[in-house]
Amino acid sequence: MLLVSQLINGLQLGSIYALVALGYTMVYGIIKLLNFAHGEIIMVGGYIALFSLTLGNFHPVVAALLTVAGCTLLAVILEKLTYAPLRFAPRLSLLITAIGISILLQNVAQFFFDAAPRSFPASELFPVGTVMLGNVSVAYTSLVTIVLSIVSMISLTILVQRTKLGKAMRAVSEDTEAAQLMGVNVNNVITFTFAVGAALAGIGALLFVARFPQVTPTMGAMLGLKAFVAAVLGGIGSIPGAMVGGYAVGLIEVLAVYVGLSRWTDGLVFLVLIIVLLVRPTGIMGRKLMEKV
Amino acid sequence: MKEFRISMPMRYIINSLLLVAFIVAGHLITQSGLLGRAHNANIVSVGIFIILAVSLNLSTGYLGQLPLGHAGFMAIGAYAGAIFWRSGLLPSTASVPAGLLVAGLAAAVVGVIIGIPALRLKGDYLAIITLGFGEIIRVIINNLDSVTGGAGGLHGIPRHSNFLIVYLCVIICCIAIHMLMKSRHGRAILSIRENEIAAESCGINTTYYKVMAFAFSAFFAGIAGALFAGNIGLLVPGEFDFMTSINILMIVVLGGMGSMAGSVIAASILTSLPLFMAALNEYRMIIYALMLIIVMLFKPSGLLGTYDFSLSRLLEKLIRRRIAAKSKVKEGEA
Repeated sequence: MLLVSQLINGLQLGSIYALVALGYTMVYGIIKLLNFAHGEIIMVGGYIALFSLTLGNFHPVVAALLTVAGCTLLAVILEKLTYAPLRFAPRLSLLITAIGISILLQNVAQFFFDAAPRSFPASELFPVGTVMLGNVSVAYTSLVTIVLSIVSMISLTILVQRTKLGKAMRAVSEDTEAAQLMGVNVNNVITFTFAVGAALAGIGALLFVARFPQVTPTMGAMLGLKAFVAAVLGGIGSIPGAMVGGYAVGLIEVLAVYVGLSRWTDGLVFLVLIIVLLVRPTGIMGRKLMEKV
Repeated sequence: MKEFRISMPMRYIINSLLLVAFIVAGHLITQSGLLGRAHNANIVSVGIFIILAVSLNLSTGYLGQLPLGHAGFMAIGAYAGAIFWRSGLLPSTASVPAGLLVAGLAAAVVGVIIGIPALRLKGDYLAIITLGFGEIIRVIINNLDSVTGGAGGLHGIPRHSNFLIVYLCVIICCIAIHMLMKSRHGRAILSIRENEIAAESCGINTTYYKVMAFAFSAFFAGIAGALFAGNIGLLVPGEFDFMTSINILMIVVLGGMGSMAGSVIAASILTSLPLFMAALNEYRMIIYALMLIIVMLFKPSGLLGTYDFSLSRLLEKLIRRRIAAKSKVKEGEA
């Protein structure tokens, strides 16, 4: 029974990774940028949620909406200020800018909110308690997390596959110049992609603080890195890949702890990533890229 | 009129004299205790970061890849050197260079082992996989308690790193990489940066050169790691995390990718900044990050771009100017 509840635990963790990984994957799919600042968006989301609950005394639903809106706004501002001017710059400059933004956000947060972790009142956000599934007791937060992430992923898939905007996104990701010639407003589509990714990160932030109820300026770094591994593992640029990768990373971590390798978890995750990349250089579900000479 | 040029042997003589003068002067000044402990310690760590930046510049600036695991190589060298020194295998005078060599070789071997699979991947994937290896190295060091002291750290490392040793290593590193880049191997490495496919179709064995540049880069990072261990006397695995790799990358990018002079200048400024601007320490990382973003937005090639400083070229320019001025005066007299 311990194993089953550990697996559910892994699914919960994996759902959070998957949500965050979707942000990496979408941005990579559209402008080929590894958005290193994505983890820091989650950290900002964590602080927004914390302050709107403790200082603002808002209703949890309002706090959740504020978090998602705040993350989205931040990502759009960052995109307009820093990534948009670099649209035709070498990819390396874009990547280094993203690293710069990540360090900047981390240290600004540390400056204003200091480095000490602040505990998060998770019980105000999600109901506490367990529910019996068969003879395994499952915490409400686990159920909420898994269900919420699946709902988010289904809506994202519908958005990308069934709407006009989604069609534009796929067109830009396929060939930016051709999409522009067909009348797609490339700049708006890219900004919108960042916004969607950040909104998912906002949801991820809420679920993450529900699972680990504290907020620190560096909380996004390791979470971002793991989610990023999940995105690459599943095949960066692919939405189902991000989900597969997220669940895989979550389950690897939990199982490593289960068999008593808790001190090796981080190393194991990266080891699996390296092995997968060596066997399938574009990830589990990634498409093989043709090289144009 | 024939252009004035300084002959090659003359250039070598001028440069070697200046280097010897620099080492002797630096050694005497730091030994005399004129500067105080804080400044001496800072000068040593500037030297260590110069080696780290120049060696990373080889794989970032010249080879055009983006490895994010430089701290991993530094860690291997640091632990290899520290364990060698602590074992007391050799008498103290021979122990220092031997330890540095062991550190460099250990890092280079790991560099080749990592490089062969990792360099099959390109661009972003290479960055990710080196990041992964860097983290794995840190986790392994953290868990091998009996060898590395684990999370508690490795204590009692002999503190060998003084000005003389560190700056001799700096000079050796800079000259070795400079000579490598001026040779045909260096041109092969540059051609991979400019266009990998074209380089390959010209018959350049790109994998071989990539692994070679990577191993060179790891070798010097390992030496820098050993010097780091010998400077502090205590090693903790947390010192070699992802942020350390990013800090070294920041130095290279700000100085200019592909400019050795840029790396040296940026390493000196960024490493000494905390000492001279203690008041700004709270904002230091914020300022670094802003600098990084602003440089990328307005001068993506870094402050010096690919410009490299040459003393002889500068001297030639000055002497030519003098000659021109003299001939003008003569014309006036006539």
